[in-house]
Amino acid sequence: MITLTINGREIQTPKGSTVLDACQAAGIPIPTLCYDPDLRLAGSCRMCLVEVKGRPLFVASCVAPAENGMVVETESPAIVEARKVTLELLAARHDFNCQVCEKNGDCKFQDYCYQYGIKESRFEDGGRHVYPIDDPNPFLERDYNKCIMCTRCVRACEDITVARAINVKNRGHNAKISTAFDGDLADSPCVFCGQCVMVCPVGALTSKVSAGLGRSYEVDKVLTTCTYCGTGCTLELNVKDDKVVGVTSNRTLEGSPVNKGALCVKGRFGWDFINSPDRLTTPLIKENGEFREASWDEALDLVAKRLGDIKAQHGPDTIAMFSSARVTNEENYLAQKFTRAVLGTNNVDHCARL
Amino acid sequence: MAKEMRIVLRNADQINPEKIEDYLQAGGYKALEKARSMSRQDLIAEVKKSNLRGRGGAGFNAGMKWSFVPEAPVKYVVCNLDEGEPGTYKDRTIVEKDPQRLLEGMAICGHAINSNQGYIYCRGEYPYVVDLLRRAIDQARDNGVLGDFDIEVRMGGGAYVCGEETALIESIEGHRGEPRFKPPFPGVSGLWAKPTVVNNVETFANLPDIVMQGGEWFASIGTPSYPGTKVLTLTGDVVNRIPIEVPTNTTIREVIFEFGGGIRGGKKFKAVQIGGTSGGFIPESLLDTPIDADSMRNIGATLGTGAVLVMDETRDIVDIVTRISKFFEHESCGKCNPCREGTFRAYEIMKKINNGQAAPADLDKLALLSRVMTKACLCGLGQAAPGPILTTMEHFNSEYQARLQI
Amino acid sequence: MTNSIGELEKDADCIFVIGSNTTENHPVIGMKIKQNKLYNGAKLIVADPRRTDLAEIADVYMPHLPGSDVALVNALMNVIISEGLADQTFIEEHTEGYEAMAAIVEKYTPEYVEPITGVPAESIRAAARIYAQSGNAAICYAMGLTQHRTGTDNVKSVCNLAMLTGNIGRPGTGVDPLRGQNNVQGACDMGALPVVYTAYQAVTNEAVRTKFEQAWGVSLPAENGLVLTEVINKAHHGEMKALYVFGENPMMSDPDLQHVEEALEKLDFLVVQDIFLTETAKYADVVLPGACFAEKDGTFSNTERRVQRVRKAVSTPGQARADWEIICEIATRMGYPMSYSGAEEIYEEMRALTPSYAGINYARLEKGGLQWPCPTEEHPGTPFLHKDGNFSRGKGAFTAIDYIPPGEQPDEEYPLILTTGRSLFHYHTGTMTRRASALDAHKPAAELEINPETAAAKGIKDGDMVRISTRRGGLDIKAKVSNIVAPQVVFMTFHFAETAANWLTSSEFLDPVAKIPEYKVSACKVEKI
Repeated sequence: MITLTINGREIQTPKGSTVLDACQAAGIPIPTLCYDPDLRLAGSCRMCLVEVKGRPLFVASCVAPAENGMVVETESPAIVEARKVTLELLAARHDFNCQVCEKNGDCKFQDYCYQYGIKESRFEDGGRHVYPIDDPNPFLERDYNKCIMCTRCVRACEDITVARAINVKNRGHNAKISTAFDGDLADSPCVFCGQCVMVCPVGALTSKVSAGLGRSYEVDKVLTTCTYCGTGCTLELNVKDDKVVGVTSNRTLEGSPVNKGALCVKGRFGWDFINSPDRLTTPLIKENGEFREASWDEALDLVAKRLGDIKAQHGPDTIAMFSSARVTNEENYLAQKFTRAVLGTNNVDHCARL
Repeated sequence: MAKEMRIVLRNADQINPEKIEDYLQAGGYKALEKARSMSRQDLIAEVKKSNLRGRGGAGFNAGMKWSFVPEAPVKYVVCNLDEGEPGTYKDRTIVEKDPQRLLEGMAICGHAINSNQGYIYCRGEYPYVVDLLRRAIDQARDNGVLGDFDIEVRMGGGAYVCGEETALIESIEGHRGEPRFKPPFPGVSGLWAKPTVVNNVETFANLPDIVMQGGEWFASIGTPSYPGTKVLTLTGDVVNRIPIEVPTNTTIREVIFEFGGGIRGGKKFKAVQIGGTSGGFIPESLLDTPIDADSMRNIGATLGTGAVLVMDETRDIVDIVTRISKFFEHESCGKCNPCREGTFRAYEIMKKINNGQAAPADLDKLALLSRVMTKACLCGLGQAAPGPILTTMEHFNSEYQARLQI
Repeated sequence: MTNSIGELEKDADCIFVIGSNTTENHPVIGMKIKQNKLYNGAKLIVADPRRTDLAEIADVYMPHLPGSDVALVNALMNVIISEGLADQTFIEEHTEGYEAMAAIVEKYTPEYVEPITGVPAESIRAAARIYAQSGNAAICYAMGLTQHRTGTDNVKSVCNLAMLTGNIGRPGTGVDPLRGQNNVQGACDMGALPVVYTAYQAVTNEAVRTKFEQAWGVSLPAENGLVLTEVINKAHHGEMKALYVFGENPMMSDPDLQHVEEALEKLDFLVVQDIFLTETAKYADVVLPGACFAEKDGTFSNTERRVQRVRKAVSTPGQARADWEIICEIATRMGYPMSYSGAEEIYEEMRALTPSYAGINYARLEKGGLQWPCPTEEHPGTPFLHKDGNFSRGKGAFTAIDYIPPGEQPDEEYPLILTTGRSLFHYHTGTMTRRASALDAHKPAAELEINPETAAAKGIKDGDMVRISTRRGGLDIKAKVSNIVAPQVVFMTFHFAETAANWLTSSEFLDPVAKIPEYKVSACKVEKI
């Protein structure tokens, strides 16, 4: 263990941890924008700066190894001044339209501006970039007028998805997240997994499928397992007024043991079939080649009678059931039980081979 | 009368740089032979004893840096020949005049840290130097003097920030030229995450003499805390715009008025900026300071790369600093927030001042921004960028005040 | 999977991917393989008729012809044996049948196999050496390996390969089928198969049957049932009278759709229970509206045997009901009362009868899922099987397998090979993804991938409409000229009802054991229209 002093408190932290780890474990809040525990560290947003006694420069706590005997101040006047200047510099390039922003209430930049009382930027003096919001892909909105250049999206694309579709182009104030040659995502190696949306701390990257349907504080998040391939990724269905309005990631190991929040395009953006107007909403019975709506009682009685009759007339082995690789274990169990115990045949299968 | 003392430029104009035979004739590669006869520990101890400090600007003890390199199967020696500081042409001069000296120095370092691969990262604007070096390496290989140590030359793309050692490493790896956070330092995890020593051309070029003549000899030259010589490149309003190599206890005044021959056109001295674009501005009153890194730091200036930019009485300080701000705005890589946005806003404010449109509050804002950047930026570029602003606001404040809107 | 998904990211020193376009069909697993290859220095070997995303970054890529898997894997083993790279200790201590297998493999030299597979002998040698000499080597496969008349042989071949090198029973080793559907593992585990009850307990085993008869209070049939493809064939012959299709879409997913259509039309009674009026539902007598995954509680079991919770988030639309409720209603009306308070009660009944799930309950699943076998509530679950080479059957059995060519061979009229599969942007028969607005907007139609050489010979340009025909029929589709396929191979996805690939595939050649159709090989021709 390493012992260091943070804000006058003696704190113990395991060897190999950073100053930020030590602070977080001790319940000392440190603002961060570029830091993400699942991504390669950048140390670039400079929000997590702290003062370390004896060091001439401020120290980025997210990348600074905790050392024995360190004396750390996390909210000294000089640090607060530096954070405020950094926030003001970012505020001068950020398009504040929180009232219509998807991320209102779920935005780290908004939170820190509130915390440090940044109502306006002393550095705002024109010079703000105005980027077009025009990527035509149907999945994710790219609004770089809100981007704060934390590069989490770049690192998620490289470290998690390994698509490497985006990087920083240009230098200095003109730096911008971009595909090669700044084209559309569809013309890049992007696979639209939306890991970038998952890690974006502001409203620069959001889901087009969920746009306007509800903000994070309005939705309940229900942890469940994805309905597509056999990987078994877990995801959170965002529910508002008994409707699924989006999918977000649970990034904990406990909630997401297989994928740790990572999803693919189908899992993250392919959920709105749930609300499709094509959904079957009532039993249908075919008469003279046409379907008509029927009550449950009528439909169930008809099914029970016809199956019973055929079983009696032709024997149980002239009936079969196709269960499904898409329904739950419980339903598959019941389907085979029904086939065997009620229909009296072992003719039950599903599309495992197909 | 102060005198030049030549170590790294010892062979300059004495030998043909295209011929390894000339270098050998002048005693070249004897030091490497001697170094290889020494144990690695003894070699590092000798370099430590010389108190040779890095000539790229940061001034870290070279032997000390090497001693931090851990054991590993693969390690690298990297030479920083990016030389992007405006007004600096010392590394080019050393290499153009005596390329084998650099190769020998790198090979000595290779022995010290147990590496057999070196890289020279050469400024993109020096294609002819790249060619010269490649020919020199070919000759050294053919001659067998390098033994199992090999050197490859990589060319930069013109980014100032790639002179920063970690950005330089990123660039060699084929990435965007952006600095890494430290620690880990390159000595532990550098090029391709392997232990890597990055030193400046001039640092390597000192090694053959230190090995041959001993650390004690070197430590006795110039200022004890920063011994040896320093190559300075004189530019601006000085009579002799030349490279010189002088002991480190030479004063700024001697540099400008003896070696430099004073101010051009009989005008009066106003200021000198030493060490490159981020160097502090030095007024007349501080000219008797020796040029060694520590003395310079004590007056709020830097030795840096050894560029000496002299300004006469007619020069407009605010205008010059505005141009310097533009340089940093252009060269900021954009990785960290304070530098990316700060250099841009600093230039904006400097333009406003320069155009006579600024109010006193703008000066306060500029001072605040500069103060924060100095301590908050990720790498040396952003930390040093406000230097000219802060030092001129101190020493030439009246020029700023005169520009403010009443 | 014998092993776990996470091991592909960290523990495997070598991953051999055969017949799996992982980055499109199991994207998150694909990400982990890429991370391991590119950032941890793992080796990657890819064998696939298509030059997939993973093939692009592989250390060795073997573009083998569809259906030549046994020959390819035998050649890999030939190299491993002849170069002394086999794990003799493992073979001696943990396996049987080595001699017979080795005898068969002897003739499969890389040079012998080169014309069969189209893979250069040197690539085979390089791949064999990498696989055998990496510390922990895993094999991943999917339907590219199994959807052949020799699907079972193919799988046994890769098992041979793993055992030959002792790559079993440690993290990062093993034989990992990447299963294509969210709960295909669970459907099998639950006994939705004609020959077994839950946990693969045979219906022909009297003791097992007695256990289920006692639990369910009814006498149970002792004969094996029919697999899906056989049911369709029987229906076609008029011998199958009624079919209850629950969340399946054979009119898209089964081979030779004309055959399926005729079979469905001959049924006396067809019930379809689904969330949409699928292609199959259109043939139904009664359609029952069920619930989608967001509307019900329960569990899914993923490809690494991990049981995880499904949680109800919203109500079903209109009068649609949870599927288990519908089944209970029908059973009750047929004179066998079934009633449960909810999914958990069904689960509890199931696990009492299912040894591998016995230790997994809903409360434990709150902490992130458990991998079976998990026989008791104290058991931590099983991330990888056959620990230390101890196989469940005692010794691992090598199988001596000879190469058999695909059933359907190209000829003068149908000179090309059609192989089918999935796209990243759609899922199976498209029932859900075609109705997911963004997915369908991005990828609204199928394309036929065709090699530039083949395309040029037929005057086909990228984007041209072409007609692809097999001995079953033909359909019109847009051509995508691409090097991803070899000159003699074309590829299309089967998601799109407008261009349903299974009108083209054959139901003639089935794997004798698994009854899997030969989806991956259909002789075909392509003409510009």
